[in-house]
Amino acid sequence: MPGLDDLYREIILDHYRSPRNRGELPTPPARLAVGHNPLCGDEVTVYVDVENGTVADVKVSGQGCSISQSSASMMTQAVKGRSIDEVQSMVARFKSMLSIGEPPPPRSTSSNGDRDGGAATTSASSPGGEAGDVSGDGSELGDLEALRGVVKFPVRIKCATLAWNTLVEAIDAPIPT
Amino acid sequence: MTAAATTSHLIDVRAEFPLLARRFDDKPLVYLDSANTSQKPESVLVAMDEFARTTYAPINRSAYRLAAEATDVYEGARASVARFVNARDANEIVFTKNATESLNLVARAWGEDNLHEGDVVVLTHMEHHANIVPWHQLAAARGIELRWVPLTDDGELDLSGLDALLDGAKVFSFTALSNVLGTITPVRHLVDAAHTAGALAVVDACQHVPHGPTDVQGWDADFVAFSSHKMCGPSGIGALWGRAELLDATPPFLGGGNMISDVRLDGFTPAPVPAKFEAGTPPIIEAAGFAAAVDFLEGIGMDNVRRHEMTLTDYALTTLDERFGDRIRIHGPRNIEHRAGVLSFEFDDLHPHDVSQILDADNVCVRAGHHCAKPLMRLLGVTATARASLYLYNDIADVDALGDALERAGDYFAL
Repeated sequence: MPGLDDLYREIILDHYRSPRNRGELPTPPARLAVGHNPLCGDEVTVYVDVENGTVADVKVSGQGCSISQSSASMMTQAVKGRSIDEVQSMVARFKSMLSIGEPPPPRSTSSNGDRDGGAATTSASSPGGEAGDVSGDGSELGDLEALRGVVKFPVRIKCATLAWNTLVEAIDAPIPT
Repeated sequence: MTAAATTSHLIDVRAEFPLLARRFDDKPLVYLDSANTSQKPESVLVAMDEFARTTYAPINRSAYRLAAEATDVYEGARASVARFVNARDANEIVFTKNATESLNLVARAWGEDNLHEGDVVVLTHMEHHANIVPWHQLAAARGIELRWVPLTDDGELDLSGLDALLDGAKVFSFTALSNVLGTITPVRHLVDAAHTAGALAVVDACQHVPHGPTDVQGWDADFVAFSSHKMCGPSGIGALWGRAELLDATPPFLGGGNMISDVRLDGFTPAPVPAKFEAGTPPIIEAAGFAAAVDFLEGIGMDNVRRHEMTLTDYALTTLDERFGDRIRIHGPRNIEHRAGVLSFEFDDLHPHDVSQILDADNVCVRAGHHCAKPLMRLLGVTATARASLYLYNDIADVDALGDALERAGDYFAL
């Protein structure tokens, strides 16, 4: 079997022990969504404050295992300050890394942005980097690459994607009144 | 308790379970998930294989000798299962897909025929979803009221207000053995309380029948649900025991072939019990395996199974406490007379998923999750637990392996 160290990389344990952006945001102006993992009963709430098409702030509360909590923590760092298009592209790349969902469109294409119902929309121009350079540090997903090993433990993929699916729901949710 | 004091009550049947010889990473398997589903002894595998090779045919509907032989095996399985739970008559055993279907049969077929808006069904706070959701479905369709028996702090039923809860109730449906806490409930007492209140007594015995002597007449219950796959038999077949007169009075659940006496353009006449509740081709090969599982367990003796598990459970509670102290919190009663070998636990504030993942690296198989008992999880204040569950093929070495693996899990996640 693949080694435990493939799954529990040091950076994952670090985010698990010291999760970033834990907590809640006032709603409104933030939106929220609650995600469940029916396998284990875990529940996360993602709060997202979108201003002018950009994630101004994001917080996560709830309980989960080291994989779901560290994935949520890294996600909040990765999406803060990003445009919604960039976030959606990042979600697609993340899921593709875990071998689920459609592979993201090639970096150089910029014509898919209005594809009907396409979850894998790409941004034509992201500030401060080439399209697809979503982590801003030159690699595709930055720290999130540490979660690549989860793919060898199929039962845990849902743990890794829980916060991400909930983020997408939160972005699409109506602003509470 | 010392290991030397315990071993005289242990039975040694591990070698009869081929799967338990499987190795991962050249280390032995430590299977501690029998509350989920049990492994199968050689005799069950052989029985199904030989039946399929020599005797398999449709049952109840063909005149040729092969079909008659197959029917004999299927009906013989019914007689074996009836004997195993001390039913008065083989025809009081209805074969279903599993205990879940058995409970659905009661809630939907009996319930829909007998329960009306405002009627009360009493359940307990430690039920499996299989004994909750069918009643929720009925509540939504019929407007019946559900009441819940609470629990004490040490995970037993709190019966102090039982009579008030049962006042006016039509059904009391409860587990005989909690799949999360290991709690063994006082079934006869609960049945009597139900009957005194004029309520039907339905027992979810899915975790009880595999682990100790079960006497449906001694319980004086009305319906008892259980399943083959938790008692060394194959998956795909379960049973509902019901009082003959109740089964007779209950309308069919699923419609189709085998469950009818006559079908006309303007209607149908159901077959007598138990065929009335066995629509379509049943799990025939599985019935042969179910009977072989009953033979296997009878050969060991259910008193011996219970004693073995009490010994192992006592050893597990004692040694895990000694090794880990406050680092481990095992749910359920400490009184060994009131509990079975189901050990749900919290360890070092680790998430159960992470615990089970680390344990798996040592081939220790435990369940992590809500165990299909989310209301109970909420009561315990957790979203999930890790659960190690023991059966007749487990031994002291398995319990020690669990402890060793937990040690490593603690080290792995140590801050």
